[in-house]
Amino acid sequence: MAYDKFTILTSSAVPMPIENVDTDQIIPARFLKATERTGFGDNLFRDWRYNTDGTPKQDFVLNNSIYSGKILVAGRNFGSGSSREHAAWAIYDYGFRCVVSSFFADIFKNNSLNIGILPVQVSAEFLDKIFTAIEADPNAQVEINLPSQKITILATGESESFDINTYKKLNMTNGYDDIDYLQAMKGEIETFAAKSMY
Amino acid sequence: MSQMPATLFDKVWDSHVVRKIEDGPDVFFIDRHFIHEVTSPVAFLGLESRKLGVMFPEKTFATADHNTPTINQHLPVKDALSANQLKALETNSAKYGISHWGLGNPKNGIVHVVGPENGITLPGMTIVCGDSHTSTHGAFGAIAFGIGTSEVEMVLSSQCIMQPKPKKMRVQVNGKLGKGVTPKDVTLYVISKLTAAGATGYFVEYAGEVFENMSMEGRMTVCNMSIEMGARGGIIAPDETTFAYIKGREKAPKGEAWDKALAYWKTLKTDAGAKYDMEHVYDAADIEPMITYGTNPGMGMGISQHIPQAKETGGSASSYGKSLDYMGFHEEDAMLGKKVDYVFIGSCTNGRIEDFRAFASIVKGRKKAEHITAWIVPGSHIVEAQIKEEGILDILTEAGFELRQPGCSACLAMNDDKVPAGKYAVSTSNRNFEGRQGPGSRTMLASPLVAAAAAVTGVVTDPRLLMAD
Ligand code: SF4
Repeated sequence: MAYDKFTILTSSAVPMPIENVDTDQIIPARFLKATERTGFGDNLFRDWRYNTDGTPKQDFVLNNSIYSGKILVAGRNFGSGSSREHAAWAIYDYGFRCVVSSFFADIFKNNSLNIGILPVQVSAEFLDKIFTAIEADPNAQVEINLPSQKITILATGESESFDINTYKKLNMTNGYDDIDYLQAMKGEIETFAAKSMY
Repeated sequence: MSQMPATLFDKVWDSHVVRKIEDGPDVFFIDRHFIHEVTSPVAFLGLESRKLGVMFPEKTFATADHNTPTINQHLPVKDALSANQLKALETNSAKYGISHWGLGNPKNGIVHVVGPENGITLPGMTIVCGDSHTSTHGAFGAIAFGIGTSEVEMVLSSQCIMQPKPKKMRVQVNGKLGKGVTPKDVTLYVISKLTAAGATGYFVEYAGEVFENMSMEGRMTVCNMSIEMGARGGIIAPDETTFAYIKGREKAPKGEAWDKALAYWKTLKTDAGAKYDMEHVYDAADIEPMITYGTNPGMGMGISQHIPQAKETGGSASSYGKSLDYMGFHEEDAMLGKKVDYVFIGSCTNGRIEDFRAFASIVKGRKKAEHITAWIVPGSHIVEAQIKEEGILDILTEAGFELRQPGCSACLAMNDDKVPAGKYAVSTSNRNFEGRQGPGSRTMLASPLVAAAAAVTGVVTDPRLLMAD
């Protein structure tokens, strides 16, 4: 599915300083029953966000109106667990375009890049600096510059560079995806398949 | 000229690279693709919106498992959304000519159980599925891992995905396992040492005496759990145990094709002197029956130990505290004697015949503890049939247990098999995340022996005390 191009994103950020946030928390399995890719944002972090009677839990960050923005900042090992792309869809559908953490689970990182969310991995120290900046000012702006691979806390001017491979970067900045790429090399794949023993 | 020594993983990976992209992923060819009802519908929608077909329908296999009820499977599925997903899988498979083992089919079962038992999974293959426990198939010397729905769409439309090659780790466990120590304990032990994120970015090869002596069922349990320490997957070199398991299975090669395949499979070993990016070596004698006490699979310990203090774990104290609060446990608590409400044996981790044999070995001649609700769920119809043939069902019935029908069941609680809020379950599945087995449920992961000991005593119990010498 095509997604919006990603170049420079400047936004306030939502802090979630919890480690090992797994995909069952991001979107619990019972909400995976749809056959379409819409509406998952409503159930993002469902069991942390709502009581069993459906009322919002006041102490959860997404229910705290002082925080908003297109960037989610989370503790280390974000997105561990299941391969459900629904987790990335829910984050995208809710309105986030970027997740910042000091460490990402592999499949989550792949899934995010495939659907147009940029996972930005920073050092543990820089992650703390972002949390501190948001604590001081919930509206603190963070700039994610994909072309120059740099994340900056605008209020303090502190910045750090982040990694992304050239291929994925090109995809994200152009809004292409892997399927476009693979379709363009069908002939080469046919030839390869003809030699395969399975 | 001699070639650079290569690992088993290198050999299989490198032979499947269609194109290398500079500073980008490899275009990676997929030999076998499994799909199920939950992660495939949107991929098929994607094909339709782009007007693409399925390139090699014969390389994809569909089975319904995640959503399916574990009782009365002959009746229409009550939950409308689940029924809708099952229908979508059936319709999409028929439309594109994909073989489909739906509910009621004698070969139906959990995708990672039916692949191997029907000879679809073979050494040297690359195998993917929109399910992270696809790593299970690595037990056969295949490279197998979970993918997202966008990638399911890629495999359907081009039989390839774009993957950066992971780094390589080797985990060796040497020596002999003690009484009551099963493959599940070995993997929970390794994960407790490496943590839930410790192998992220790596593909793990398991080697050493313990894995060499392990059955295929046990190897599948170990490879299955690789993802729980963050690894992309796990792999074990195929050997005589592997070949004997595969021989004669429905889709396994036969006759001349078998001889040819076997000759190739025998080359699938790590060369002497090949390098890994990381190595860990453990001693089997240090492993006892394991149980988890927290909300990620890395939070595991020997069953006779006490829950560690936050400062001993090295992670963030607040996340650790949050996790213990959720479980209703405290630092320094003993796990032995903790009350259990539910017992679940099943899943692609421990839903194979050996697991039920182990469970029955403890249950035999004893009775289910009165307050325990037990879900005993075979991984497939073939396993279910074995349970009946081998007399295990009689042992279970005698002890007051009921056997359910195959499926993922309480492993992810998408169907009705949900553990109620606040209740404790000892489960042989693979994830103890918050709410994994139902909102508010509290999961302790363990082996079938530990699950059986809990089922008959009603509390966390060391299975060794219930085993004959
Ligand atoms: S049993 Fe659990 S882990 Fe295995 S395929 Fe089913 S849901 Fe996934």
